[in-house]
Parts: sequence; C-alpha cells; structure tokens
Amino acid sequence: MPLTEERAAATAAPAVRSLLVWGLLAGLVGGVLAFGFASAFGEPSVAAAIGIEEAGAEGHSHDAGHSHGEEEVVSRSFQATGGLAIGTLAYGVGLGGLFGLAMAFAYGRIGSASPRGTVAAVLGIGYLAVVLVPFLTYPANPPAVGSGDTIGERTGLFFGVLGISLVLAVAAVAVARALADRVGGWTATLVAGVGYLLLVTVVAKLLPTIQEVPAGFPGAVLWEFRIASLGTSAVLWGGIAVVFATLLQRGLTRTR
Amino acid sequence: MTTQAVAFPAPIPVSIPVRQILPWALFGGLISLIVLYFVGAEQGAFAVFEGTAVHELVHDARHLLGFPCH
Repeated sequence: MPLTEERAAATAAPAVRSLLVWGLLAGLVGGVLAFGFASAFGEPSVAAAIGIEEAGAEGHSHDAGHSHGEEEVVSRSFQATGGLAIGTLAYGVGLGGLFGLAMAFAYGRIGSASPRGTVAAVLGIGYLAVVLVPFLTYPANPPAVGSGDTIGERTGLFFGVLGISLVLAVAAVAVARALADRVGGWTATLVAGVGYLLLVTVVAKLLPTIQEVPAGFPGAVLWEFRIASLGTSAVLWGGIAVVFATLLQRGLTRTR
Repeated sequence: MTTQAVAFPAPIPVSIPVRQILPWALFGGLISLIVLYFVGAEQGAFAVFEGTAVHELVHDARHLLGFPCH
C-alpha cells in the first residue's frame, strides 16, 4: 500500500491551484503565529519608543504624515492589538500565496530534493534573500526613529536592496542548477551560495548608509525592537513552511 | 536480480511546466503583492488612498515586519 501511494506521488506533480491554496492557508496560520510573537515580544519596545518620542515631542514638530499621539485616526490601543492582527494576518496570507507560487516553480527543480526538502530550500533561500539581507542592509526601526522627510528615499532603498537580493538569489539558483551536472550538487551549491553572498555584500556596501537613530535613543530599546522584528519574520516564515510542508505531504500521499 | 530491494524512499518530485504556472503566478502573485503593498508601504512613501487611516491601522505590523516608516 505505501509503495503504490508513493509511486502515484512520483508520477504526478501537484496542481498549481493546490499549491496556491496551501500557501494561502499556511500564510494564515503563519500570520496568526507572527501576531502572537509580535504582540508578546514586539509591542513592549514599540510602546517604549513611542513613549520616548512623545516625551521629546515638545518644540519638535513631527511634520510629515502622522503623529503617534494626538489627532490619530486609529487609537494607539487598537493599533497595538486589532491593527497589528490585521496587518500580520494580511501580510501572512499575501506572503503565503507567494510562497505557494515559489513552490510551484521550485518543485522538482531543486536537484533531487524531496517535496519537504524543497520546502526547506525555498524557506532558507527566501528568508535569506527577502528578510535577512534587506534587514542587515537597512535594519528595521521602531517608531521615533526615521525622519518623515526621508521616507521616500528610505522606501526606495529598502525595496531596491530587496529586489536586487531576490534577483541575485534566483540567479544563484539557476547557476547552481547549471553547474550541478558538471561539478556535483555540493560544489555547485557552494559556488552559487558564496557568489550570491559576495555580490549582495558588495551591493549593500555600495548603497548609501542611512543612520537616523536620534542621539540619546536607548540602545536597549533599539536592540529589543530589532530582535523582535527579526523574530516576527522568522515565526511567520517558519510557520508558513511547516504548515505548507504538512499540507503538501498530505496532498501528495493521499490517493488520487 | 534483487530489484525489489530498490524502493522509492520518498515521493520524487516531478516539475510543473512553467506554462502551467504562469496564469496562476500572474493572478495570485498580483493579488498577493497588492496585499503586501498595503501592509508595507501604503500612505508612507506612496498613497493610493488619502489620509492616514491605512497607515495607522497597520502601523505596528509595518514597523515590526521591517518596512521603512516614521
């Protein structure tokens, strides 16, 4: 019985529609987990940063856009709970959908990796290229850090480094696939991986540095916020990958 | 002669033709990217809608997910 099930799975690829639906479901679960993490470990540093901003707000006008204190459209307490939930869940579902589509391209194309091995590869490459590299280049900042005047420039640079990193990562996978037949999977992966890291480091060093942390801003709050930010993304991506791998395996071994 | 010893240890993935993925990638990818845009950047550097309601609603998620904000 298990043999026939595995044979059936080996001869047919999953439908793209199924991969997309599994991705969206995994994203929803990942979003819920990320919300839990962010609200437990992220909100304290966000609240501390807003407290610091408001304490120093006298005589300094927060010109562009919005303020974190008075005249708010959405109350701070709702921003920190319902708003955070809506944001992380929506983001989770969106990211999950893209994860499912990335899996559709990666499936059967990452050497001889098993379906779950492919999920792990997409998770690792995706988290490195989409989260870690942009974060290390332009780290996440809590409220009160970052001038409203430079939001356009900072947004452009952030998405710029994200885009370049993603393109280089996809190129690295293509290089590894092309090299694998000649030099073997291990060497091919090593060459492509080191090549990606070298290029992306050069790009990050060439891009302008942005340093807008106000003098006197407590380093502990900044550290706590940035670690919580990295953790929120890790929980989101990890949750998506684990749920997706489970749904994928279940879908593949079910009798067709 | 002992060919039975060779079994499938795990399902071997068969790739999906790109032509089959593209319609889903365009449709699902576009909708996903629009959702990510609203959480990550709407009413910051760019704005589809006026005001600050969307920005304030997703404010904390935007900061914690690492997007530029102020």
